Amino acid sequence: MRPLDKRAADALVWALLLTAPFWLTHVGGYVELGSRVIIYALAAMALNFLLGFTGALSFGHAAYFGLGAYGTALTIKYLYPSTPVGMLVGIIAATIAAAIIGPMIVRLRGVYFAMCTIAFGQVFYFIAFQWSSVTGGDDGVSAWHRMPLQLGFASIEIFKDNKAFYYFALAVFAVCAAVMAMLLRSPFGHTLLAIRENERRARFLGIPVDRHIWLSWVISCLFVSVAGALYALLNDFVDPRALRWDQSGNFVIMAVLGGMRSFWGPLIGAAIFIVLQDYVSSETQNWMSFIGLFFVLVVLFFPRGVLGIIRRKAAP
Amino acid sequence: MTQLLLFNVFNGLIIGAFYALMALGLSLILNLSGVINFAHGGFLAIGGYLAYTLIPYLGFWGALLVSPFLVAGIGTLVERVLIRRLYGRDPLYSLLLTFGLAFMIEDGTRFIWGAQSLPYQIPSWLAAPLSNRYFFLTGYRVFMVVLVTIAVLGLFLILNRTRLGLRIRAGTLDLETVSVLGVNVRILRNLNFGLGIYLAGLAGVLAVGMLGLQPTVGDNLIMPSFIAIIVGGLGSLPGTLLGGLLIGVASGVTSVFFPSASEAVIYVMMAAILIVRPRGLLGEEGRF
Repeated sequence: MRPLDKRAADALVWALLLTAPFWLTHVGGYVELGSRVIIYALAAMALNFLLGFTGALSFGHAAYFGLGAYGTALTIKYLYPSTPVGMLVGIIAATIAAAIIGPMIVRLRGVYFAMCTIAFGQVFYFIAFQWSSVTGGDDGVSAWHRMPLQLGFASIEIFKDNKAFYYFALAVFAVCAAVMAMLLRSPFGHTLLAIRENERRARFLGIPVDRHIWLSWVISCLFVSVAGALYALLNDFVDPRALRWDQSGNFVIMAVLGGMRSFWGPLIGAAIFIVLQDYVSSETQNWMSFIGLFFVLVVLFFPRGVLGIIRRKAAP
Repeated sequence: MTQLLLFNVFNGLIIGAFYALMALGLSLILNLSGVINFAHGGFLAIGGYLAYTLIPYLGFWGALLVSPFLVAGIGTLVERVLIRRLYGRDPLYSLLLTFGLAFMIEDGTRFIWGAQSLPYQIPSWLAAPLSNRYFFLTGYRVFMVVLVTIAVLGLFLILNRTRLGLRIRAGTLDLETVSVLGVNVRILRNLNFGLGIYLAGLAGVLAVGMLGLQPTVGDNLIMPSFIAIIVGGLGSLPGTLLGGLLIGVASGVTSVFFPSASEAVIYVMMAAILIVRPRGLLGEEGRF
């Protein structure tokens, strides 16, 4: 893509996102659907930081998504009724967990890495499921809701006003996307790409590969936990399904469907996936079969994703 | 106390045997084809449900014998139609594909047989305890241990004593060379996949007698099977067997002292192994 095209694409994405609450209802959607797309897009983009730009195959990101969600929910319910404080606690908890688990898995590669991330992801599912005195077990954490934002001079009502919450989520999304884009443009980001392209050569150049993968893993988990925190706020509820293995699979398929090699790919993937899921689950009880079939079809026929195909057609 | 401990060790051994049976199938497929088969739990469920359907026609023993072969047949078909296309590509894709398959199988079994759990009849003489003192030694449990032992011995016999086994073992080390030597690698991978799925089916038929039939029966067994492979060491089948039994017994013993930690202990074991010995107990260095 030429630089001008890229800037135009960026402008188009932001214009669509900023106006979404106004046109969504006209095309048969609703504002919460837009919020959900943004939240899942953030999760998929965070995963893609590791998957697409570092080349490490994580299938356990739902755990950190769920940790962010549980941290937010439990803090608001029991400790301190404030939306930003809740989010902060959730994000810190998830990031610390990722930082601790990281050293055990960054030495592994390929399928082995994938398998260990799946297994470690399941730890948190069990904790959420079994420690019912705190997490509510299978029933989840309910009977709480997101709090209006107190800015000192003004208070923003994001609880009753869906559009306000959408813009809150979009603002958080924008900050995270900007930070990720900046990181990817920095020398650190280019080092990650180098590791993805040729790990052995990167190692010979004296790059501490494991430490870079660890950092990328922690950054990726941090942003996925931000998405998790927003997810809890959106639903005013969280249950163990937020961190089950199928959630991790959803993130990966979104990244693949949109295009793993491009920055905005996961956003497109998330939009397609969420809208499809919303439609199918309202039409039929057997939506799981359709989602499963969707996985199979994407793998067989769209392995490069939407943006991968467009880019290939555009190239001479 | 000793009786309680014995009971839980024995229980852990049985659960461990299931993990091992599942994990051996997963391991076979992973070692030769580099595919993590997430749908393994789904195939296990199919095994149980098919046996349930077959019992009125074939009886308990007939179903036990036939069902795993049917599941293996479905497995080879799936390999031929879907998974074969993904060999040589990023493992990401086969993982996603089997993910989708797992969804479809779970939903499919729910659609065909219903979401509620179904009773699975085992012959009454098998269900009875063998001794009054050790009440937990029911015939079915002992029978399961015996059958799993036979299956594992059979698997290692096939791998070590037959031409197919030789090729599978050689292919695990260097598939390209095996192919150059004139072995049809496509058929080899297909048969190997079928063998792995056969073990899943067998585990399914046995497991439902103990755990009951529901569409998610495989869900609780697949994670521990992954951990069995990680603990035992990737690429080593004896390691996988050891890993399965080890985590089974460990969780059984833990449930005597800290019942709520019986699930957690296997994850702790995995973490410990990954810190001390990332390649697993019997894994070879540098393979993964």
